[in-house]
Amino acid sequence: MSELWRIQNFINIEPAQLIEKVQDLKAEGFRLGQACCTKVSEGFEILYSFDKDHVLTNLKLVIPEEEEIMSISGIYWLAFIYENEMQDLFGVKFKHIALNYGGNFFKVTQPTPWNPKD
Amino acid sequence: MAAFKLGKMVMRSLFKKPATLMYPVIPRQWQERTRGHIENKIEDCIFCGICQRKCPTNALGVDRAKKSWTIQRMQCIQCSCCVEACPKKCLTNENTYTTPSTEKIVDTFVAPAEEPKAEVPKAE
Amino acid sequence: MGKRTIIPFGPQHPVLPEPVHLDLVIEDETVIEAIPSIGFIHRGLEKLVEKKEYTEMVYVIERICGICSFGHGWGYCHVIEGLMGVEVPERAEFLRTIWHELSRIHSHILWLGLAADGFGFESLFMHCWRVREHVLDLFEKTTGGRVIFSVCKVGGVRKDIDAETLKEIVTVLDGIKKELNELSDTFINDYSVKNRLVGIGVLTKEEATDLCAVGPVARASGLAQDIRLTGNGVYEKLGFEPCIETAGDCYARAVVRVREIFQSIDLIKKAVEIIPEGEIAAVVKGNPPKGEFITRMEQPRGEAFYYAKGADSKFLERMRVRTPTNANIPAMVKMLQGCDLADVPMVVLTIDPCISCTER
Repeated sequence: MSELWRIQNFINIEPAQLIEKVQDLKAEGFRLGQACCTKVSEGFEILYSFDKDHVLTNLKLVIPEEEEIMSISGIYWLAFIYENEMQDLFGVKFKHIALNYGGNFFKVTQPTPWNPKD
Repeated sequence: MAAFKLGKMVMRSLFKKPATLMYPVIPRQWQERTRGHIENKIEDCIFCGICQRKCPTNALGVDRAKKSWTIQRMQCIQCSCCVEACPKKCLTNENTYTTPSTEKIVDTFVAPAEEPKAEVPKAE
Repeated sequence: MGKRTIIPFGPQHPVLPEPVHLDLVIEDETVIEAIPSIGFIHRGLEKLVEKKEYTEMVYVIERICGICSFGHGWGYCHVIEGLMGVEVPERAEFLRTIWHELSRIHSHILWLGLAADGFGFESLFMHCWRVREHVLDLFEKTTGGRVIFSVCKVGGVRKDIDAETLKEIVTVLDGIKKELNELSDTFINDYSVKNRLVGIGVLTKEEATDLCAVGPVARASGLAQDIRLTGNGVYEKLGFEPCIETAGDCYARAVVRVREIFQSIDLIKKAVEIIPEGEIAAVVKGNPPKGEFITRMEQPRGEAFYYAKGADSKFLERMRVRTPTNANIPAMVKMLQGCDLADVPMVVLTIDPCISCTER
């Protein structure tokens, strides 16, 4: 039990393997912790964190800016919160989000404020 | 049926004096460590500007030529970064809050002018 | 087949501590669906990492929320220390744990007061907050501020608590324990309170696992999930078991929080007995290297994620905070299905919504 917080487990994957890996994790009993997006030079770097018995596993993938990525809300319904937030703030394009607000989840004055177009 | 469980506490508070303080008629008692506002002992200040660089909210202004030290009271978040960084230890954190007001208070302190040194008689 | 109407709930509502908007689709007073939308307090605090150095960012992260303020400060310092590989002295870990548990006590008493206000029991609300003032006075005595402490820094803490003040903390907590016993007796056993809480907003164990609920919401549905078991701070030395209930309704969540207050008082007493002497901060030189680190904290409302990405300069590349209310909103949407319109404020309050944390 000691120092479990030191375990990080970052795993790099390709966007095509995402759905398969997430379904494997769900079958093993992991729960979704968070989903986060960072703007890097190649596009967007998306990080999904999963947890089981207080041990972390993280999936990291990089996609170019205009590419669409499959949503995991078919497997974990609650992912719609994180994906809508990434859509509103960064402009990441998701396919088939379970509950899609279409850009109105966060009421912001200019679209995608953390990824300004100018 | 368990009812009136809070009855004893309510009865007690009927006969005790109120828990609230009649502020501002009765002034507040400050604790020793309360982070209220920043004071500067201007005679010891050397106007190096370290406190201005450390301040996270840019509330301080130091002018070495004019020997003045300015603080925007409403911008200061009382974090005491300046107090810890000052090399001469002339900054202190006092424990009373800035008086509320309708405009942004800016306090400026200027070092007192140096007195001309007394003439030292030349030793023979 | 009744008539369907859509009623907006919030953002301004007397029972909500912070603005959140729900569109309730109701059919003859029963809620069929609830669609949340947030964004009223979005300040974009995470973007300030581009302008503020990593040592100054603590003051920004602390101010994400007023109730869970110390938890955020500790989480941020913990993630930067993990990224830079800094070892924090043991006395600093003990002090951080004591302040965090005091923070948990004050947050739960605040919630009990708000819940009482939610179902109309105003005098219980006032007495809870009167008891809470003693804890806030303790904060002012040890850190200098009642709500925002500014006492955590990367490498340790900035202020020390001497032995006499530690004894005083224990005395004050013993003093409020008698009043806390009366208040918790009211919440657990009073007839009218039980009438408003039992059987409302049920979340079964399968639903809680599926929706990944965190904090007291998950523990009230039977999931044994508490991030304090991962070993941050000194919780391992103090040794404790998470408080679990199985009913999954609003009453179970209130009981979990009441039990956690008494558990925190015991943890603080144990910590004060075994706190060692020593330094209170480690010297930190240099900048965070290239790399990333994730850490988690058990805040009063649940599990909070902290993610930091360093860029070998004084400014971090990315800082992300995922707060517990963010993870409980889907669980709240599920709980609202099937309850009466008059119970909606109670169900929304029972996840302990801290919307300023959710939107940073």
